[in-house]
Amino acid sequence: MINRIPSMELAKRVREGHLRAIARLITRVESGGDPEVREALAELYKSTGNAHVVGITGVPGAGKSTLVTQLVHEYRASGRTVGVVAIDPSSPYSGGAILGDRIRMGDLVSDPGVFIRSMATRGTLGGLARSALDAVDLLDAGGFDVVLIETVGVGQDEVDIVRAAHTTVVVNAPGLGDDIQAIKAGVLEIADVHVVSKADRPDSNKTIQELKAMLMMSLEPGEGIWRVPVVPTSSEKHTGFGELMAAIDRHAEHLERSGEITQRRHQIALTRVVKVAEEIVRDNFARDSRSQTEELLKKVTQRELDPHGAAVTLLKAMKETIHEAH
Amino acid sequence: MQNNDKNAAVIRVMLAKIGLDGHDRGIKVVARALRDAGMDVVYTGLHRTPEEVVDAAIQEDVDILGISLLSGAHMHIFPKVLELLKAKEAEDMIVAGGGVIPDDDVKELYQMGVHKILLQDTPPQEIIDSFRQLVADRGAR
Ligand code: B12
Ligand SMILES: Nc1nc2c(ncn2[C@@H]2O[C@H](COP(=O)(O)OP(=O)(O)OP(=O)(O)O)[C@@H](O)[C@H]2O)c(=O)[nH]1
Ligand SMILES: [Mg+2]
Repeated sequence: MINRIPSMELAKRVREGHLRAIARLITRVESGGDPEVREALAELYKSTGNAHVVGITGVPGAGKSTLVTQLVHEYRASGRTVGVVAIDPSSPYSGGAILGDRIRMGDLVSDPGVFIRSMATRGTLGGLARSALDAVDLLDAGGFDVVLIETVGVGQDEVDIVRAAHTTVVVNAPGLGDDIQAIKAGVLEIADVHVVSKADRPDSNKTIQELKAMLMMSLEPGEGIWRVPVVPTSSEKHTGFGELMAAIDRHAEHLERSGEITQRRHQIALTRVVKVAEEIVRDNFARDSRSQTEELLKKVTQRELDPHGAAVTLLKAMKETIHEAH
Repeated sequence: MQNNDKNAAVIRVMLAKIGLDGHDRGIKVVARALRDAGMDVVYTGLHRTPEEVVDAAIQEDVDILGISLLSGAHMHIFPKVLELLKAKEAEDMIVAGGGVIPDDDVKELYQMGVHKILLQDTPPQEIIDSFRQLVADRGAR
């Protein structure tokens, strides 16, 4: 048996930027977060809000991990520290996962200014893992200047990242049919910055042009409006990543200057609170389903009570049992 | 085994290939088996250095660091990994290995502090079971 360090003690070390403490607290929060862990997170939350959080999204294989790796090099060269949360899907059959984003990030480790953590979705939709934003908080509190979140390869409307990041980067790979992938995936609107990856490939120009044309069409007139840039990048030719970092920095400045940052922060807070509330309800429901619900379900099937009425009864009963620290 | 409880502590494993060893068939078999047993498996890819792997394992805070070696460099690489873990105050991490390793070396590696070595023809279920046992024996962290 090993000596278990209390979470509050780890929290103290997180504030000092202690990487092992950050790593261990992420593990604890990911494996459920009992009250002792939540208490430490609540304490650390006070020290967050300093990092610029960037979401990187795009279809599977678009080049997100490759781009994250190059972007981290750019940030390091500019003197900033970077935390990365890289999310891969869990197997729906076993609940387990093979987390492979790190394969492309190998050369980033052994630099104390970089911290990379892989996470599995564990059934969460929307491209994020359930504890991903807790992990972002821990990196933020640990003093990292920038936190990059690589979402799972998202398809249609699974774009939670927009409501969790300050800047959202959509990675579009060239050559996936006639239409631009971004339009197909419905992620055109969510981007603050568009990347066309693999710009070393001859078909990338077409994607860049199409994307620019689409963006022109949706352009609103007016001063002080953010114009979504299209940045071509190539990991083969090592081009575009400095421009990408500059575009993200410009977007951060725009948020501050226009005051939009206040709305974003509000949106992020709203999303998180609602999400966590949903999770608490769902967990409670799963845990108490035997004892509390069976009777209600019987009434519903026998038409004595309608589903809405049963749900309200259930929530009222749940109120008593929800532990305040969850 | 189905892992329905999203709050259960999922076993986290890092599987690493260190050095010039390009044999990755076995490690991929192991990765899939562990995933199918409900574990989270971080795969490093080929040609990593011991330093890279130890730093990554610490950031990922894995329960088990598993290293696959078929190149014959095991008597060099395992001690290096153990030494780095110690230097970085991460000696509570469980270290496991597999691949092609002669019996005499296996004995010596156990003495050095490698927790488990499972060689050719080990059925996947045996790897799963022994990983679960190793984590259970270690206890909560
Ligand atoms: C297939 C093979 C290849 C393939 C590899 C394909 C690939 N992508 O993996 C190719 C043809 C490319 C190849 C090349 C070479 N090979 Co080769 N290869 C083999 C062979 C025949 C089988 C390996 C294999 O895939 N086994 C099947 C898998 C499923 O088994 P496994 O890897 O052992 O994994 C199991 C267990 O060991 C365990 N396990 C594995 N990893 C881990 C990790 C953990 C944590 C745990 C718990 C368990 C575990 O679980 C797995 C499932 O049971 C072996 C012979 C042998 N008997 O092993 C030689 C062998 C490994 N190769 C050898 C050599 C010398 C080479 C070359 C140098 C040949 C050359 N001169 O070019 C090159 C080097 C390539 C390189 N860059 O590393 C030698 C190594 C000698 C040594 N160690 O001293 C061997 C032993 C052959 C021999 N008898 O000489 N090889
Ligand atoms: N030619 C070229 N290939 C690239 C470039 N960037 C990425 N790739 C390749 O595209 C493939 C996918 O890259 P990843 O970075 O793993 O993509 P990803 O979006 O992270 O993939 P998932 O996480 O699986 O969704 C790999 O084979 C990369 O080598 C690039 O700029 N040029
Ligand atoms: Mg990836």
